Amino acid sequence: MRTRTSRHWLSGVMIGLTYLAAILATLPLLLILAHLIGKGASSLSLSFFTNMPKPVGETGGGMANAIVGTLILIGIASLIGLPIGIGGGIYLSEKRRTPLAHTVRFLSDVLNGLPSIVMGIFAWEFLVRPAGHFSALAGGAAVGAMMIPLVTRTTEEMLRVVPTSLREAALALGYPKWRTSLSVVLRTALAGIATGALVAVARIAGETAPLLFTAFGNQFWSTSVHEPIAALPLQIFTYAISPYDEWHAQAWAGALVLITIVLVISLAARVVTRSRFGAAVD
Amino acid sequence: MTAIPADSAPKDRRRLAVHRVEIGDRIYEILTTACALVVPALVTAIAIAIFAAAWPALTKLSASIITSSDWDVGAGRFGAAPALFGTIVSSAVALVIATPLAIGVAIFLSEFSPRWLRQPVGFLVDLLAAVPSVVYGLWGIFVLIPMLREHVMPFLRDTLHLGATPFFSGAAYGPSMLAAGVILAIMALPYISAVSREVLLAVPRSQREAALALGATRWEMIRDAVVPYAKSGIIGGIMLGLGRALGETMAVTMVIGNRPEISASLFAPGYTMASLIANEFSEATSDLHLSALMAVGAVLFIITLIVNAIARWLVWQVSRERAI
Repeated sequence: MRTRTSRHWLSGVMIGLTYLAAILATLPLLLILAHLIGKGASSLSLSFFTNMPKPVGETGGGMANAIVGTLILIGIASLIGLPIGIGGGIYLSEKRRTPLAHTVRFLSDVLNGLPSIVMGIFAWEFLVRPAGHFSALAGGAAVGAMMIPLVTRTTEEMLRVVPTSLREAALALGYPKWRTSLSVVLRTALAGIATGALVAVARIAGETAPLLFTAFGNQFWSTSVHEPIAALPLQIFTYAISPYDEWHAQAWAGALVLITIVLVISLAARVVTRSRFGAAVD
Repeated sequence: MTAIPADSAPKDRRRLAVHRVEIGDRIYEILTTACALVVPALVTAIAIAIFAAAWPALTKLSASIITSSDWDVGAGRFGAAPALFGTIVSSAVALVIATPLAIGVAIFLSEFSPRWLRQPVGFLVDLLAAVPSVVYGLWGIFVLIPMLREHVMPFLRDTLHLGATPFFSGAAYGPSMLAAGVILAIMALPYISAVSREVLLAVPRSQREAALALGATRWEMIRDAVVPYAKSGIIGGIMLGLGRALGETMAVTMVIGNRPEISASLFAPGYTMASLIANEFSEATSDLHLSALMAVGAVLFIITLIVNAIARWLVWQVSRERAI
């Protein structure tokens, strides 16, 4: 039988360990950010954003094509993923208990956990193989498909918190259902839906695996959606596993740009939530 | 004669208005239903496309694709056992490292954290999930691997004398199962901790107060009254993290060494199913090679599907209990 003091001593130690866990868990992110800035900032210059990649041995190369390519891919993915995801979310929030709703909810979670490389080979089989060539469109579609389940679920969550009384008030005023849904329910939840959309964009902005066999990468300038297109994550991958020091430096700079894009979008998502639900979120 | 059109006009208009509203609702319903149907359609299409593409390899190689260790593209032999082994072992290593940390953070945030620390610490941990996997890989190659090679591996092997066990023996090259496990641990951590934090916060206050009233210390309260209550949700979170780790591709490909061998030592390089596909898919030389890689993808698909389904079921159980 343990004494009162030894029990309290144990309690103190265990609580201390949870503090330690908190420190250890925040450490990797801080370390990664510190290394990215330390190793990437020195290679960042205006030419990084304006120049094309240069062969090994030549200095002054940049990732202009990869940055533009990533933006194009994000655009295509958003055009596919956001409308379908928001539409699906509306369905789930309005028809909560239909068999289809339960199925969609479950399969969204399944799709959310699908390894991105599996999405990559599916997009290759489904889009690239029939077309006979890699393309920006296939890459954008692959990552756009990854956005759908994410946006569907967050949209549903956000629409669910809109009070029923608002909906009833609009219907009582003679609004048809679709207008009630669009201009009352959806508008009330707009900030939340925007947050969900931004989180989804942040998540797919850095995706690499689905692009390997779809967008493929391109060393040259291309903005055509039917051609292979360069992407920041692909370029970072290629440079990181290369044996050349100057390419490693470029990879760090590219990673710094990529993480800045992702973090800015993530922060924006948080700000949007705050400004709207400021009181509710602590 | 003249009265009839005068009378019928407003009636017609009213009917028209009602009609139009119905059409609007109908179109809206059809559109949203179509959007919702995309999700099941996608899952079905993925399953069919991948299994159809994997079929030639599955019929020709049958079970040897996951039981044989002989992956010889030239000879047409495709045994992905080392990749399956690597996927499982690297994810297991990741869970061993990430689980205690993630639950520790979750307990810290839900029970002990000072109010002002709660938001920033929670945010920093959540942000780990936002870091692109290729950035983890880059960091893994140039920071983590040298660190493991110079300090951690010699420490484990020589200072702690763990080199006597087969798990920590052999030369420390750097790219290894251990490196993959550590990277995956960092990547799985935010998922486990987010779910755990959520379910811990859902434990009723009365549960804690009752334990404290019975004279429990704060730790005993957590251990005996809070964690058991949230157990299935926490396990669900761990499964979710496992699902992430099993399918993770880029970061692992960059640090695991990509050698298709089964070794007991965590210091030895390995391979995973995802990295096998990433490395060989675009250079597949024959139809059978391509089909074999599709079969590896199919196996990965099924494994992650099962793990995620279990995770969702466990988490869902907790939220259902809460709702009642």
